[in-house]
Amino acid sequence: MARSSKAIPWLLFAGGGTVTAFILPVMILITGLFALFGVFSGALSYETMQAFVGNWLIKIILFGILFLTLWHAAHRLRVVAHDFGIRADTGVAIVVYGLAAVGTVATVIALLSV
Amino acid sequence: MSTRTITIEVLRYRPEQDQEPFFQSYTVPCDEDWVVLDALNYIKDELDRTLSYRWSCHMFVCGSCGIVVDGEPKLGCKAFVKDYGDKIRVEPLGNFPIERDLVVVIDDFIEKLESVNPYLIPKEEKSIDDGEYLQTPAQLKAFKQYSMCINCLLCYSACPQYGLDPSFVGPAALALAHRYNMDSRDVGRKAREDVVASHEGIWECSFVGACSQVCPKDVDPAGAIQQTKITSAIDYVTSFLPGGNR
Ligand code: SF4
Repeated sequence: MARSSKAIPWLLFAGGGTVTAFILPVMILITGLFALFGVFSGALSYETMQAFVGNWLIKIILFGILFLTLWHAAHRLRVVAHDFGIRADTGVAIVVYGLAAVGTVATVIALLSV
Repeated sequence: MSTRTITIEVLRYRPEQDQEPFFQSYTVPCDEDWVVLDALNYIKDELDRTLSYRWSCHMFVCGSCGIVVDGEPKLGCKAFVKDYGDKIRVEPLGNFPIERDLVVVIDDFIEKLESVNPYLIPKEEKSIDDGEYLQTPAQLKAFKQYSMCINCLLCYSACPQYGLDPSFVGPAALALAHRYNMDSRDVGRKAREDVVASHEGIWECSFVGACSQVCPKDVDPAGAIQQTKITSAIDYVTSFLPGGNR
């Protein structure tokens, strides 16, 4: 039997799992809820955030978080499809990893445009 | 000692006379300290000699009395009737073809077990005069838990992935591969890796964890598979680097 290339998405999945579990909830809290309800409105103002994200180190960190989260979600969806008995694994893999790839490119474009 | 009358519903199937499996009920006066295997033995001895099931040691060592009790894979000798109601449903292990009544065909598992080379592959054979292979307590601890497997197959019965795709190598065989990979006396990891790190091996597992929940020996096959995923993933990546071996 041939060794499976699933090792690569799994590594991203495992790394992304950690990020998704620990960092994403905090991100949602800050950028979703705090910003929405006006908590820390000074620190979360458009100008401060734009300057913050303009920093290269922050760009790289944000890219890491979003990239891993996207690939984690993609692999999770592939596994969920499998758990539901969808046997067209290659097709599912192309769709979900394709979406993650598109998301990755969009992330790069968004970060570079700040 | 008090007794309780319990209805045991057993899934029966005798291929030469039954079109399909059906439930047959037996009324069994159970002592309070009985296990379900005792109730089956009572049926066999006192009520119906045609009932077929496997058992041997009655002390969770042999691994042969695996059955499904009220929907959960159990060793018949470890499922105490006092933990169940007045009606207990007993079925053969899931995900395996029924040979007869509670006896299932386990050839598929035996093939998979053999495919992972589940034995020590030492660096070089030593003669008896050379003495023992010595190990520290820490080296023993690295694999001991995974060596407790009694091949009872409760984990295969519980595993939804094995149910979906019977080509999956499965929890016990992969845990046993891990057991030898973790043994300081063993150098056989590469020989096992082609099966272990294939699509049908560890990568078929989506970490449901049911195997570890039902395992009567606390082997934790799900944990073994996750650990193997880490080493195999690193192997796979480094195999593309110069000097990496494929
Ligand atoms: S890993 Fe546990 S449940 Fe599976 S065969 Fe071994 S002892 Fe039984």
